[in-house]
Amino acid sequence: MEIAQEELLTIVPETKKIKEVSGSVALLEGLVAEGVDTIFGYPGGAIMPIYDALYDYKEKLNHILVRHEQGGIHAGQGYARSSGKVGVVFATSGPGATNLITGLADAQIDSTPLVCITGQVFAHLLGTDAFQETDVINITTPVTKWNYQVTDANEIPEVMAKAFHIAKSGRPGPVLIDITKNAQIQKFNFEGYVKSNHIRSYRPKPIVRNEYIEQAAELINQAKKPFVIWGQGVILGKAEKEFQAFIEKGNLPAAWTILGVGAIPTDHELNVGMLGMHGNYGPNVLTNECDVLIAIGMRFDDRVTGRLDKYAKQAKIIHLDIDPAEIDKNVQTTVPVWGDCKETLPLLTKLIEEKKHTEWLQKFKEYQQKEVKAVIDAELNPTAGEMTMGEVINQLNILTQGEAIIVTDVGQHQMVACRYAKFNKTRSNVTSGGLGTMGFALPAAIGAKFGAQDRTVVAIAGDGGFQMTIQELGTIMQCGIDVKILVLNNRFLGMVRQWQELFNERRYSFVDIQSPDFVKVASAYGIDGKCISEREELQNALKEMLEHKGSYLLEVMVTKENNVFPMVPQGCSVSEIRLK
Amino acid sequence: MDIKKAQAASSLSFGEGRAEAKQEYNITVYTENQIGLLNRIAIIFTRRKINIESLNTSPSEIDSIHRFDIVLTETEDVVRKLARQIEKQVEVLKVYYHTNDEIIWQEMALYKVPTDTIAEKVLVERLLREHGARAVVIRKDYTVFETTGHRTETDNLLYALQPFGLIEFVRSARIAIIKSSEGFNRKLREFEQLEPGQEVSENEFLSKRDKVFTM
Ligand SMILES: Cc1ncc(C[n+]2csc(CCOP(=O)(O)OP(=O)(O)O)c2C)c(N)n1
Repeated sequence: MEIAQEELLTIVPETKKIKEVSGSVALLEGLVAEGVDTIFGYPGGAIMPIYDALYDYKEKLNHILVRHEQGGIHAGQGYARSSGKVGVVFATSGPGATNLITGLADAQIDSTPLVCITGQVFAHLLGTDAFQETDVINITTPVTKWNYQVTDANEIPEVMAKAFHIAKSGRPGPVLIDITKNAQIQKFNFEGYVKSNHIRSYRPKPIVRNEYIEQAAELINQAKKPFVIWGQGVILGKAEKEFQAFIEKGNLPAAWTILGVGAIPTDHELNVGMLGMHGNYGPNVLTNECDVLIAIGMRFDDRVTGRLDKYAKQAKIIHLDIDPAEIDKNVQTTVPVWGDCKETLPLLTKLIEEKKHTEWLQKFKEYQQKEVKAVIDAELNPTAGEMTMGEVINQLNILTQGEAIIVTDVGQHQMVACRYAKFNKTRSNVTSGGLGTMGFALPAAIGAKFGAQDRTVVAIAGDGGFQMTIQELGTIMQCGIDVKILVLNNRFLGMVRQWQELFNERRYSFVDIQSPDFVKVASAYGIDGKCISEREELQNALKEMLEHKGSYLLEVMVTKENNVFPMVPQGCSVSEIRLK
Repeated sequence: MDIKKAQAASSLSFGEGRAEAKQEYNITVYTENQIGLLNRIAIIFTRRKINIESLNTSPSEIDSIHRFDIVLTETEDVVRKLARQIEKQVEVLKVYYHTNDEIIWQEMALYKVPTDTIAEKVLVERLLREHGARAVVIRKDYTVFETTGHRTETDNLLYALQPFGLIEFVRSARIAIIKSSEGFNRKLREFEQLEPGQEVSENEFLSKRDKVFTM
């Protein structure tokens, strides 16, 4: 079959002027046309023709060789999240492709635009259990917005154009294109690359309905205790300004999900804090006291709502979302405002009245003061004992002034970083929210730096999660990118230990984790670093890390058994949030 | 089943546990003719541990457009959410769902019976006539009958033929005509435009929200 293929290709139509190129070249031309500048990838047998073509595209496409495909896709996610562009990832067939699954699932649940290209065995070998053949399309179907297998080079330009259009439009998400090796090699008449802006079966955005805007505005205007909760939709929709104008006109207190943080500055007076399991006291309790709850670009995740049948039952609910499937999925809305919030928010702002809501805003302040006394003070400004995670973040804030991109891993340090890190700019917090993927921080930070090269990027990881993708230090070494790595070492799988302490009578079952000498490991990769355990060293060590030329690893030994509070225990209502 | 009920009761399930009765629903899906789409639609059900009772997929009246007819027993709340998840798929054009009252439906059944028994027994012939069955193949050794109707109708003939040495039986998936449908041709033309009309770009279930708003 292979030979037959080759024979076919020798019949070159001489009359046509159209360029005859291989599928691989057409693919790379497509990437260039889409404005791609960086690819994260790892080669292998089934994707070799594409890598061979890439050799001649070094000037236009910067390929970063990662150490593991999971690292590659998390880097693609970090890139997409910091830049607002589509992340591009290459992997080979079989194990290369299956190593992408965690990242695909993560990008799918966190709506991150990605185009992943996987090599596949020759088309004539499909279904024969060929070497490194895996049914990638079926494995990835549940974790992709769209996927497609290309077996003929002629399909490549159109499929690539579709892939980019689907990945970034509407509610963004990961797309995977699996290309058989014959299609990568096959020469065809390449008539140029045309970007896609229309697929007949695909409606990225529902049409805005004015009556719902009017109904929503009326509800907001009559509200005594309106409360805005926002998520990543505001950032994905690039609607930060529109959002700020909306809450400012109505003086509406607004709280964020961990993917929404940074859409308005931390210090904005209407920013009342974080929602959810480890969110702030006021926003959680007052969710169950507000009279109108305005949810914008968020999906009522169970970590945000706690027990659903006791969630904001007293409130009328307005839900702004671009994805119709999110409306009424978890929480029944009173008014569904379908559409892109970049379009719906200005319409809503026009119709709402200027209000003060002084007393209502004051309530948030009172709860804030209670939380400061009960939790925050001790966490951020301890004077004795071992260091806390909170004080590390607090000292970091003082030095970065909220200008850095913070990329977190998953666990206690993630919750502490999200709670206390200061953000002045949008696209500054990159975290694995929906999937909670340990090992995310280091590779995502590498990608985030490529996506925003003029910004400081700090990866914050626990001693557990850091070891899950620690091999990506090799990527840093090779590409020489400047990423600051802050490991908060509590010598435990902290978040699981916290649950075991609180809910399993301190039966610490396999959460006691040993670590190598991280500074030595970093040093083996040519990365400078330091480990500190004394409070007096903290400020200087952080300063040294931030001022260091190039990547740097700072390991901070923190309290072993600290707990993240407040906490809405699983199965409890948001108003049952515990301060200790 | 019990697990699902328990989940519904805990109010954390897909159905949010509203005390709505389950009944048969018919989901109609118009799609592009794309490899892999059947799987993409099927996993929307399997992921939520929801059983598809009957599934028919075939080319529609429009060239290149496929039609799925799916039957399941669930509450309307669950069915609405499933419909939205299906419509969200890139290659799905449109999804509708209907109760049995809102459709005309049929299932076809084939029955293979030994020819000698039916030849011998006059009773059988009458029975077949009563059930509106017709012979598709008559051979020396066996005869195949066909009938079309509702589930109970095809079932009744099945029970009736069992004592006469029924050899094999098969029933097709349900196909349904939507009473209120005006066909898909006009809709498709709208889909092909970059700026579609309201009806096409909106979710079908939006209109049902008109009554929800109260102040
Ligand atoms: C890949 C993966 N495996 C397991 C978990 C479950 N899990 C969540 S938090 C956590 C502990 C994390 O420990 P560490 O990285 O040391 O961070 P800490 O909580 O101590 O800050 C674990 C095991 C997960 N989220 N992801």
